[in-house]
Amino acid sequence: MSVCSLLAQGLVAGYGERTILNAVNLNVLAGQTTAIVGANACGKSTLLRVLSRLLTPTQGSVLLEGSDIHLLPTRRLAQQLGFLPQSPIAPEGISVLELVSRGRHPHQGLFKRWSTADETAVADALAATHMSELAERHVDELSGGQRQRVWIAMALAQQTKVLLLDEPTTFLDINHQVDVLDLLTDLNQQRGTTIVMVLHELNLAARYADQLVAMANGQVYAVGPPEKILTEQMVRDVFGLESRVIEDPVTGKPMMIPLGRHGVSKRHQASNTERAVTV
Amino acid sequence: MSQMPFNAISHFRHLRRTNARHRARIIAMLTACLLAGVLLTLMLGQSFTPLTTVLRILGGAEVPGAGFTVRELRLPRAVVSVLVGACFGLGGIAFQTMLRNPLASPDIIGISTGASTGAVFAIVVLSLSGPAVSIVAIAAGLGVALLIYSLSWRQGVTGGRLILIGIGLAAMLQSVTAYLLMRAPSWTLQEALRWLTGSVNGAQLDQALPLLVALLLFGGLLLSRRHDLETLRMGDDLAAGLGVRVAVTRVIVVITAVALVAFATAVSGPIAFVAFLSGPIAARLMGRNGSLLIPAALVGALLVLLGDYAGQFLLPARYPVGIVTGVLGAPYLLYLILRDNKTRGSL
Repeated sequence: MSVCSLLAQGLVAGYGERTILNAVNLNVLAGQTTAIVGANACGKSTLLRVLSRLLTPTQGSVLLEGSDIHLLPTRRLAQQLGFLPQSPIAPEGISVLELVSRGRHPHQGLFKRWSTADETAVADALAATHMSELAERHVDELSGGQRQRVWIAMALAQQTKVLLLDEPTTFLDINHQVDVLDLLTDLNQQRGTTIVMVLHELNLAARYADQLVAMANGQVYAVGPPEKILTEQMVRDVFGLESRVIEDPVTGKPMMIPLGRHGVSKRHQASNTERAVTV
Repeated sequence: MSQMPFNAISHFRHLRRTNARHRARIIAMLTACLLAGVLLTLMLGQSFTPLTTVLRILGGAEVPGAGFTVRELRLPRAVVSVLVGACFGLGGIAFQTMLRNPLASPDIIGISTGASTGAVFAIVVLSLSGPAVSIVAIAAGLGVALLIYSLSWRQGVTGGRLILIGIGLAAMLQSVTAYLLMRAPSWTLQEALRWLTGSVNGAQLDQALPLLVALLLFGGLLLSRRHDLETLRMGDDLAAGLGVRVAVTRVIVVITAVALVAFATAVSGPIAFVAFLSGPIAARLMGRNGSLLIPAALVGALLVLLGDYAGQFLLPARYPVGIVTGVLGAPYLLYLILRDNKTRGSL
């Protein structure tokens, strides 16, 4: 369990003149689910882009099981590391089966197409995401939740050891958010796939991740199990938000409840104003 | 995760094969139509030549009268039409697929216009002829492609900006072509129309060989990248994640597509909207589960062949093929722009 899967060392990266990541170190453990959390523009998506080689860092390196991802051939890397961007666009008119089959691209050559291994991987991915019945449908016709399942099925068909996902639950209803995260957990537990995802929803991140990475201002603020990371202090420092963190009665994981200016009961309000004054 | 029914695999394999058979059928049908079209244009013009006579003439027999019409007039025209159309069709679908937008066709974004301006410049100003014209046309086409790309670059290129800049550039280049043609006093209206809207008038068989070589070479190179090109439809990030070398693929696609369009343009001028129409027509016929390169090439060939035939014999006066395809393409262009305004359209 403690084998290091992805190792980022001293990453400095950005777009043009603008530096977004500033000396980021990260150790992603093999076979675990890691969730990256942080406020908007803290660099979490940028970190994911560097980890998946979509963005080249100006300094530092990313090692995948010990080898620098920038030195690996593109196809080799795609056999080992999958990436699902935030709200990907399905080509118009493409069927579910065809889209999921694209996940086999890194495993196929120009003339070597559709081996039994390919067929099995696609059928397996469709079954795991419960999309087998809808294989002939056009992706355009599906609901948002189903569409996200199709994308995950495509990533499954790719059969990589590591899967990076940028906000896989954005724009989904809460039932579909839970559904997608359950699915990813199945994948993690049953296949041992290492999962790294950027998540917006803190409580879901704490519930589903083995390891939380809290980011602020282009740096890693803290890394560790959710119980240690999701604290009132962290929420204050990373999000600039006053909150209560209690134990989730269902999961036993920490659960954050924001203290806004309205709707807070008297008992909590008192301590809230107290804090606000001291801030 | 592993209630892995064995029959699911065979079901999906069956679906995949059905799709492949469907695609093969459409390609066979298009090929048959093209063959029939070629024979039709060889048989039927101002005069009628029976099929047996046509075949005998193609076999090398001397037939007084009909021999000249078929071999010297109709055959070169048909061959050049098919080759030029295939080049435009391929170049068009390559750009439309890569940029994920049917408006991003080389004839809309100024690449064929650039090649045409280059060809006219080579002929009128530099007094070149033959392959040298093609070379200047290709250089001009590539130059325009590079210019559009760099003008629309702002931390990456988005389709919309590239298309708008291309349309503007196309309009400018068109006026340069018109200006060059006006400066050349001996120019006939026929020739001027070739460089403005495209025509296969006066096609010669010796123009066909370089076209054929270009089609085989660049078309082959493009075909060898068809899986990468299809994967690019899912967006650059996903394609990269799936092992596509995005930058390399882009460069190869741009160079091959521009070369195809420029070679064709150097012979026939920028035949209006053939590159633009072929891909969407092919998509309508084939569905979008798989590469459209070959069907688009066949549709392009059919469009030029039949468009030219209609322009010669089916309309009250003789029109160059570009006028006919222009009439077909303009409404579709309007439709796309209107649809694009409502939704975010793609191919």
